[in-house]
Amino acid sequence: MKSGGSLSIWFFIGLSLAVNGAVIFARGIYELVSPPEHPVVLYTLHANIWWGGVLLILGVFFSLRFAPWRERARMAGTS
Amino acid sequence: MCPALLVLDSSTLVHLSPVDLVIIVFYFALVLTIGLYLKEQANTGEDFFMAGREMTAWVAGLAFLSANLGSLELMGWAGNAYKYGILAAHWYWIGAIPAMLFLALVMMPFYHICKTHSVPGYLKLRFGSGSQTLASISFALMTVLMSGINMYAMAVVMRVVLGWNIHISILVSSVTVAIYVALGGLRSAIFNEVLQFFLIWAGSLLIPILGLIEAGGWRGLQAKILQNLTEQHVPNPGAYTHLWSTLGDFGNNPMGINWVGIVFGLGAVISMGYWTTDFLVVQRVLAAKDLSSAKLAPIIGAAFKMMVPFIVILPGLLGLALLRDPHTGNLLRLVPADVAWSDAGRAQGLHSFDEVLPLMLARYCGPGLLGLGITALIAGFMSGMAGNVSAFATVWTYDIYGALINKHASDGSKVRMGRWCTLLGVAVSIGTAYLVMNAQSIMDYVQALFSFFIAPLFGTVILGMLWKRATAAGGFWGLFAGITSSVGMYAWVKLDPAAVKYVALSSQAQDQAQNMFRALWCWLICVAVTVVVSLLTKPKTDAELTSLVYGLTPIPHEEKASIFHSPVFWGVVVAIVFVILQIIFW
Repeated sequence: MKSGGSLSIWFFIGLSLAVNGAVIFARGIYELVSPPEHPVVLYTLHANIWWGGVLLILGVFFSLRFAPWRERARMAGTS
Repeated sequence: MCPALLVLDSSTLVHLSPVDLVIIVFYFALVLTIGLYLKEQANTGEDFFMAGREMTAWVAGLAFLSANLGSLELMGWAGNAYKYGILAAHWYWIGAIPAMLFLALVMMPFYHICKTHSVPGYLKLRFGSGSQTLASISFALMTVLMSGINMYAMAVVMRVVLGWNIHISILVSSVTVAIYVALGGLRSAIFNEVLQFFLIWAGSLLIPILGLIEAGGWRGLQAKILQNLTEQHVPNPGAYTHLWSTLGDFGNNPMGINWVGIVFGLGAVISMGYWTTDFLVVQRVLAAKDLSSAKLAPIIGAAFKMMVPFIVILPGLLGLALLRDPHTGNLLRLVPADVAWSDAGRAQGLHSFDEVLPLMLARYCGPGLLGLGITALIAGFMSGMAGNVSAFATVWTYDIYGALINKHASDGSKVRMGRWCTLLGVAVSIGTAYLVMNAQSIMDYVQALFSFFIAPLFGTVILGMLWKRATAAGGFWGLFAGITSSVGMYAWVKLDPAAVKYVALSSQAQDQAQNMFRALWCWLICVAVTVVVSLLTKPKTDAELTSLVYGLTPIPHEEKASIFHSPVFWGVVVAIVFVILQIIFW
């Protein structure tokens, strides 16, 4: 769904997932290099790396798929 | 004001790092940006209150579900799962799925065809202004009161979990909601609800995944719960992991309820009332762009609703199995909130049932993931609050201001009124939050008050849609009798606790069981009074009931589409998965 402008809700969702995923993934890499003093339960699974990675990939996919320039091109094509 | 709530201390459950704060601040910035961006698309009444009626099925369906996924829904039901076991999942399955499918396939055509802007608006068309006024005033009042109670409870949890100042929590989150809803109206609320839906899942899904790994899968979880509860001499420990097999008798399960209360009280009345007539959720579906989308939206919502126990109920059960005191290694036993948050409880380091989700979050989530988890809780609160204030603004503007105060209000003045009502709704919510802070017993009464209206309203709406003989007088007096009988039963049990054996059919019935049976009785009274009064009064003609009543309303044919775009097909798929889940967890 679009707002009447060129930005789709899915673009905002992609942006949110991508930024959060990147931050969490980066923190996970940092913890790999410098392990925390008080690790959480199941720290050895490094959930922040793979979960951050999943969010980042999903976010980048949504952001590109519903990017403003693609939406504008699609709207121009249908008008 | 309770001084204990104003004091920050260092014994909070979790401590946020700068990475967590970056994630939370980014979330607030994004929702405000969306509100500002959508301001230009909220100029007419249809835009502001109905989001232009141009939502796709996916957007309407996810917003429909998200408006219900408040943070208290997340934390409260995780706490209930800890308290009652898997029985709490009934509120997500039989207490939601049949009603959502019924809304989609039976009721949506009427709501959509009559182009009503609200549920009280439908009552006006069907039964006249008496029923509309009764329903709209009670809904508007209860919506903002409930919003304030949720706000207060959320702020208390944020204080307990994070050590945040209670006033700042209330002001920051509620002012943010006020800004983006007042600017962009329902469209902005829906946009943010869809965003919040994704954040809730992104922030919560890791807990059950990691929890099941630690517990050794579902079988390991069952075994650990059985072992822990047996050690603590809890009666019927097996009942905590079985959905139906312990409902043959009131005394066999921790909720003190039987299958009649669950199937008829919850499944047939309360859930039908909430999901089909509570304007907070129905408004999202009314914004769908066409009939097909309006029917598909609740089905999409139902599909995701079936999965919500994975991020809400499972963490509660995992808490029963895995939570231990980090210092002694003994099993951690959570207690009711009034015990945990009393001075004595805090001195002993007790935690309430509602803290089980944050406790599990702190268990598995380090910096970054913790920020995302807290963002999920905040997003849940804000989506629920946005739902409340946008529904309040619509009902107030159309069904109270437009119907009673200024019948000739222009479209522009309604939009202005809607924006002011949004701010007013938030202000009243904040006032309610502070009222509750001073007198917490008010919370119980207002929550009960809200439940008084749901079941009778469903009785009135469903008879109006399905029975053409129902008259205006029947609708009004049925609704009135249903509400007053519900209040009467509640007062009876409050004054004489022994009366619970009559109202809920068992002296062992807990609060939830009492709610189920009270709803069932008042719905039956509403239906009986509506039928009797209708038979004694003059009905409307068939021509007057076109587009309002089943059998007199030509349902437009949907465009020929593949089976994969058919609401009936997906409704059947959801129903089959629902049945399979009941069997698996029987």
